[in-house]
Parts: sequence; C-alpha cells; structure tokens
Amino acid sequence: MNTTTIVPFDEALTRYDPVLGLEVHVELGTASKMFCGCPTQFGAPPNTQVCPVCLGLPGSLPVVNGTAVESTIAIGLALNCEIAPWCRFARKNYFYPDMPKDYQISQYDEPLCSNGYLDVPVPTEDGTTIVRVEIERVHMEEDTGKLTHAGGATGRIHGADYSLVDYNRAGIPLVEIVTKPVTGTRELAPEVGKAYVSALRELVKSLGVSDVRMEQGSLRCDANVSIAPPGQPWGTRTETKNVNSLRSVERALRTEIERQAGVLDSGARVVQETRHFQEATGRTTSGRSKEQAEDYRYFPEPDLVPVAPDVAWIERVRASLPENPAVRRTRLQEQWGISDFEMQSVINAGALDLVEATIAEGVDQAIARKWWMGELARLANEAGGSVEDLAVTPAQVAYVAGLMDQGALNDKLAREVFVGVAAGEGTPDEVIAAHGLALVSDDAALLAAIDEAIEANPHVVEKVNAGKVKAAGALIGAVMKATKGQADAAKVRTLLMERLGVS
Amino acid sequence: MPDWTRATAADLAQALAAGEVTSVEATQAHLDRIEAVDGPIHAFLTVTAEGALESAAAVDARRSSGEEMGALAGVPIAVKDVMAMRGAPTTCGSKLLEHWEPPYDATIVERLRAADMVVLGKTNMDEFAMGSSTEHSAFGPTRNPWDLDRIPGGSGGGSSAAVASYQAPLAIGTDTGGSIRQPAAVTGTVGVKPTYGAVSRYGLVALASSLDQAGPCSRTVLDSALLHEAIAGYDPRDSTSIDAPVPDVVAAARNADVSGMTIGLVKELSGEGYQAGVAARFEEAVDLLRERGADVVEVSCPHFEYALGAYYLILPSEASSNLAKFDAMRFGLRVGDDGNSSVEEVMSATREAGFGAEAKRRIMLGTYALSSGYYDAYYGQAQKVRRLIADDFAAAYERCDVLVSPTAPTTAFRLGDKLDDPLAMYLNDIATIPVNLAGNCAMSLPSGLASEDGLPAGFQIMAPAQADDRLYRVGAALESALEDKWGKPLLEEAPQR
Repeated sequence: MNTTTIVPFDEALTRYDPVLGLEVHVELGTASKMFCGCPTQFGAPPNTQVCPVCLGLPGSLPVVNGTAVESTIAIGLALNCEIAPWCRFARKNYFYPDMPKDYQISQYDEPLCSNGYLDVPVPTEDGTTIVRVEIERVHMEEDTGKLTHAGGATGRIHGADYSLVDYNRAGIPLVEIVTKPVTGTRELAPEVGKAYVSALRELVKSLGVSDVRMEQGSLRCDANVSIAPPGQPWGTRTETKNVNSLRSVERALRTEIERQAGVLDSGARVVQETRHFQEATGRTTSGRSKEQAEDYRYFPEPDLVPVAPDVAWIERVRASLPENPAVRRTRLQEQWGISDFEMQSVINAGALDLVEATIAEGVDQAIARKWWMGELARLANEAGGSVEDLAVTPAQVAYVAGLMDQGALNDKLAREVFVGVAAGEGTPDEVIAAHGLALVSDDAALLAAIDEAIEANPHVVEKVNAGKVKAAGALIGAVMKATKGQADAAKVRTLLMERLGVS
Repeated sequence: MPDWTRATAADLAQALAAGEVTSVEATQAHLDRIEAVDGPIHAFLTVTAEGALESAAAVDARRSSGEEMGALAGVPIAVKDVMAMRGAPTTCGSKLLEHWEPPYDATIVERLRAADMVVLGKTNMDEFAMGSSTEHSAFGPTRNPWDLDRIPGGSGGGSSAAVASYQAPLAIGTDTGGSIRQPAAVTGTVGVKPTYGAVSRYGLVALASSLDQAGPCSRTVLDSALLHEAIAGYDPRDSTSIDAPVPDVVAAARNADVSGMTIGLVKELSGEGYQAGVAARFEEAVDLLRERGADVVEVSCPHFEYALGAYYLILPSEASSNLAKFDAMRFGLRVGDDGNSSVEEVMSATREAGFGAEAKRRIMLGTYALSSGYYDAYYGQAQKVRRLIADDFAAAYERCDVLVSPTAPTTAFRLGDKLDDPLAMYLNDIATIPVNLAGNCAMSLPSGLASEDGLPAGFQIMAPAQADDRLYRVGAALESALEDKWGKPLLEEAPQR
C-alpha cells in the first residue's frame, strides 16, 4: 500500500486552489414512504415497515407520495430554485442487495427544482462573511435499505461473514440537493462546506419537512473536492462519504485537500473515486474507483406518470413558507444582542427554537442560552440525542429559572431538577418534592449552621477578621456542606458576614 | 344435464342465475374437463381445484340466500400465471419463480373475486411473457388444441388454449406486443388488448411497463365484453391507470351494427409476408362488414414499418430493468449460496441458471440499448418512432372509426420451427405491436380457416384509446356475419377432445 505524504493545510493552500461540491440527502419526515403507504418511523424492528411495493416484489407498482412532492417544492422554493412545470422520475439501475428492485427510482435529467442559491454565513477571524453557494438541482428519490455487515475487519460488505438487510428504510422519501461547484473560497473552503451544510440544515428544518438529524442519517452529506494550482483547470475530484456531522464535513474537506496536495506534489495524479471518512483518524480512505464508473442506464420510469405541479400549487407552497432562517437569525441575534459566534453555537446545537421559546417565557437570553447550551445539552448528549429529544420544555426551563430568581433553588439544585425532569420523573415541582430539593431558607437553621462553622474554624475566622475576606469561602463551603447544598450561597454569605461583623 | 363446458360464459351465467346449474357443478365440470384433456395440451401450470370449489360453493350459498349477484358470478375462469395471486405459485413460466407464492393478490384477481368468479388455475406462458409460441416456458410448451404439433401462440398460449379446448369459458391474458391477440388468432378464439391503463397492472409481473396490458380471452365477443367490464376501471395503486369511466363494452357487444361506420384497411399490414389463406379470410371478412353497411377505406400508416424495430428496443430496455429484481435476495430461486460465495456470485449464478435463453437475449439487448453512449441512438430514437406511430394512428382515426388487419401473418406454426430464429419469431407480432406502442386498444377474433392448412386465421380490429366499445361493436357484427355464413361457431371445426 502506498502512503502519500500529507501536506499541511496552510501549506497546501499556498500551491493549490480547492473547488467544492456538496451533495446533501435529506430524508423527508412524511408519514408514509415515497411510493407506498408504509410508515417511516425511525428505529422500528427490522423489516416490519415493508409491503410488496417497497420490497420490490414482482407485480407491485409505485405511486408517488404527494406530500413528498410538496416538501421538495418547499425546499426548492426556499433555495430560490425554479420549479419545473413538468418532470419525470427515472430509474437508476444497479445491482445491490439493499436495493429491492435493483433499480432506484430517482430523477435524472429532469429534476423537480433547479438553479437556486443559498447565502451562507461563514465565520472568519474578522467576524462573518456571506458566501453564496449556487444550487444545481433539488430532486426526489427513494432511500435504500440498510445493510449491516457482520464479521470481517472493515465493516464493509467485502470480507464480511454475512450481511443483514433491513428494508424499513427502503422507499423512504429522499431529497437530494446538489450544489454547483463552489470556487474561490481558498483557505475558507472547509469552513464554507461546514457552514453550507449547517445553513441548509437550518433552512430545511425551518420548513418542517425533515428532522435533519445527521446522527440518525436523516441528513447525509457527500463532500466532493478537487484542487489545482491557481489559474489552472480544475483538478480531478474525489467524493467523500460517511460524513456524519457538521464537524466531519469540515474535517473531511480539510484532510482531503491535504491528501490531494500530497498526491500532486509527488507528481502522481488524483484518482477519481469514492472515499470514506474515518471519524476516528480524521482521514479518508479509498472506496470504489469511479474510473470504471458504473453505468446506471437511466431511463424514464415507465411505472409513473410525470409530475406536473400547477402554478397555483407552487404559489400556495410559496405563500406558506416560514420566515427565512437567515432573516430570523439576524433578527433574533439583534434582539438578544449576542455575537455571531454565540448565535452560531446556538444554531449548531439545534437549540434555536428552544432558546427562543424560553426567552418568550420571560427568561433572560443569557440564562436561556446557558441552560440549553450547558446542562441540558450535556443531558441530551448523555442520552445520545439532541436537546430537542429531551423531555424538558422551554416552559419548564422558565419555571425553574423563576424559582432561582426567587431564591428557592440554586444552580446545583436546578441542575438536579432538570436531571429528574429529563429522566421522566415528572414536572419540576414533582421532582423537587420527590428529592427534597427546596433550598433551606429558614434563617434560624442557616444561622445554626453558620455558628457551627465559626466554632469549628477559629483560624479562618481570625483571617477574615484580619481583612482576608476571601478566606470566608471556606466557612461558606462548610455551611453548604452542612446543609447538603440546599442553601442559597449568597444568602449564607450575607448572614455570615453579618455574624462576623464584616461588611 | 347439458355439458356446461361447451357453454359460453354469457349462457353459463344465465343458467347459473336461473338456477339451472350450480357454480359447484359448472366448476366441477371444468375441473373434470381439465383432468381429461389438459395432459397433452398443457394449458395449465397450476389447477387450484380446492380453492375453486370452495369459492363456487360460497357463490352458490349466497345466491340461494337470495343475494343479488354480479353478471359473471359463479363462472369459472383461468388466469395467466403472470398475475400475482395468493394461495398458489405465480411462476411467470420461469424457474426463478417456480415456488414463489405471492403474499398479495393482483388488482385483477381482486376484481375477479369481487365479481364472484371462480379461478380454476394459472395458465402456461412464455417465460416472463417473452415469446410468441409458449415454447419459452420453463415448464414445457403448451400445444394447440387444433393440432398438437403446433404452437398455441404466445406468450399467453396457455390462456387461449384453455379457452379453445373448453377447459375454461374465460381467461385472463396479458398483451405487451400481441400476447393476447396472436394466441387468440392461432387458436380460433377471441382476445382483447384494452386501452393502455384501462385495466390495472398492479400485480401483473412487469415485462415492459409502458406496453403491458391485461385483457380478456374467450370464445365469443360478448364473453370478452363481460369480462372486460369486470376487470377494467381506475386503480389508485397503478399510476398509469385511467381515471375515467370505462366505455360500455357490453352494450356495444350487444349492438352488432356497423352500418355507417368507417373501417380502415391499413396498407402496411398486408401483402408480403402474409400467408395466402390468412389474407383470403381477412378479405372475405372485410367484404362481410361492407355488406353489413360499413364504409371501407384504405389508410396508410407509413411509420408502422419501424414498429418492430422500435418495439425490440423499448421492450428489452424496460425488461432489462424490470427483471433485475430476480436476484435471489428476497424471493424465488437462489443458486450457489454455499456460504463462501459473494453476493455478486450468488446473484450471477442464480440469474444464469434461472433465466431461459430468450429472457437472457432480451436482457442483454436492453442493457446494451440503455447504456451510456447508446441511449440516444437506441432507446431515445425508439421513443421518437413510438410518437410517430401514435401520430399515424391519430391521423388514420380522423378518417376511420376502426382500423383492421390480419392479427398474425400466418396460422399456427409447428413447435420448434422458429425456436432457432428469433427474428422469424418476432415477425409474428408485426401487426399487433403498433397498437401497444400507441397505447390504443385492439381485438382479435377468428376469420375462418386458412385453406392451405385448415388452421384458424385471426382478424384484428383496432380502435383509439378509450374507444374500446368500438372493438366490440365491430367484432360482434363480424362474428355474427361469419357464424351466419358458417352455420356454427368456428371452434366446432376443431378436433374434438
């Protein structure tokens, strides 16, 4: 196996210009599949959401899901695309066991939407720059089944002992969004790739047509990149798959540019191929070569009639589009008075709706962000999901924040309340009652604990009296310990200082 | 008691309604007939005797309880083995599906059941409906009841032979390029290819999706009309099905009157290549229609010359894709799965062992025609020809109500005669293919026996899309004129078995 020298990114950019192309697959959140009535619920037992149509049994026929067409039109309109007045499905023919019919119903030279763009805010050292990414096409197709390869070293079909197929996913509506080549982004290229996918995800999510979860595969990205010396014709591109997070988009592009630079520096040529991103190493590995490119023998799908959305339908969809996320983002960012970076963090965490709703309940923006980006994000992460999956509502966050304002809870107790709520133990009040999480606000009880602490720590008291006010922390800590944390630390401090006659 | 196997479906239905016979008796009579005569003919691949008698008994019970029954309630029928049907294998004449039992019923089967018809079994066919002789069935050929050394046509030779030999009064066929009409022609029976989209394709194992259409096989024009009425109509499970009322084909079959109609003779579907006896019977039939008041004109459809070429690009292209699913992964035959072979090896070994020569030939043709770099020259060009053929028809129908031609250029040939010459086999469908390419409708009915061999010749009537009623009107008129001339139905000339 030949190993190629990796050229560090900054050095690679001194000799080469990258050109990007991104293909994003979005699984639509329709109740039924693209061409049959089977449900689309994620995580159902294998092969329980199937029928003769999505299993490709002999004699079965597809019927187009109208909601999926409408969702695709919505995505196309939101991406400023032209909507074709007439288009067809096509068959993409290839043999593979995850493909029940051994052809995929897709769209080929007649996509539903084409020629759009998305303005993408890209974070730079000096703030944010807007990069316009042009959209080549948005088309409809059906997902494949899911293969699980058992045994073998690679986790791929070659070398596996056996493979299992789950056709629950087969036939789920997919929308493929393909960019035109993105040029001139230079050293920003990996960031542009990441920011594009992020902005696209936000846009599609705002339309309510998909939950766009990269970790569940409902948004998948293939990252194409080529490099060439400045001013030269574009180089040979590679397509990197298995890019399953926003961070991976950026890493995969960066690492692939570094690898290609090494290949070109050595005088060799880049092979046009599919590569796989390895999350663990941050590198890409070679997949199947496209030099012997498969011939998919596309032809118009004869089992389906053309899709011809009328103008009234398109305009109805256009009228029902929600506020553009970029506009909304700018609006909210101004309202909240936060930086580009802070706003981007909220968006990348998938917490924008939740933070907005929490603020709408009367909570300060900083506090709302603190909870959703902090403790609640941690809880969601532990549970292996995102904050949206958490059984905690913005109203509950607002309620707990209110209790803190009243001094009924401190930060530590509030966190425990959320742990309980997230674990399904009930409302905040129920969790507080069940675990006895209310703060000790009884002055007499606190004063008793303070007196105990003073008595037990005479040398600390001496230091405080000698002007080392900071030393009081040890006394406060002792009081908190004695009250098992259920005291308002600020109140303890006030009472302690009064007791010691320090102010 | 009369021999109910000799009755037409219409007469049997009437007798059933009048209580002269029960469905169980009629069904048993047909099962006995199958038992007695089908050995050498081999029209059936599966006889579903038990299920047939059960549904017959259920129909009888409901009828005797006074329930209002449909026009064909209790009448037996045979179904081409290309239609998915629960409870029995659906083989498509292929080893690949020898033991495959579908977990669902085709729409057409549902409609037969809804009409309370009794399914006798599944009929033989060329593998995946590819052929004109039923010799390409993996389970052995069907033989022509007129002469057991001759082919019964194809691909639906089983359905037509079953009807011709009184094993069933009715049968379901499918017609992609003539697979209902050509077997009807060479067995002296009636067969109709309805307008594309008139009968749901859901559950019809696809050969060429844009051409396939199921339709009736029978011994009389009226019987086909009754079956047509039972199976046609919009089906939301088939996107290409027509969402419009079905023309009143039964009324048309009862209105055997061609006076004032204009009938066009298609110049390109005559002359060289047509057997003299076939051409003679055709001309006599045209004369009869003229005598009955029809205006007969000659029309030219210049692009028909290219129909066969276009058809043998479009059909294999679609077939190569439709037949890809037979890959051993989810159903059907699996060969070479020894625990060490890869997926590709098992797929390949299964398809190598499972498909017959004709299927392989067409899969290769289609794969080639769709290949990158060849698509425009082959598939793309064929689609243009298809458009021109539809335009030829449209122009002809501006002048004519129906067009007519011989159904097939010859009478039934001998088994084995054309097996080694695919092109000669393909030429059998020269007159039937244009209708499929245009999505229009057509019927074949017997025009008499060719003098040189004493075998049946077929007469084809063609009509515009969704004007299927015209076929029945003209067909019934011709049938009645011919039977007046012969003094009896043509099938009575066939050797008695």
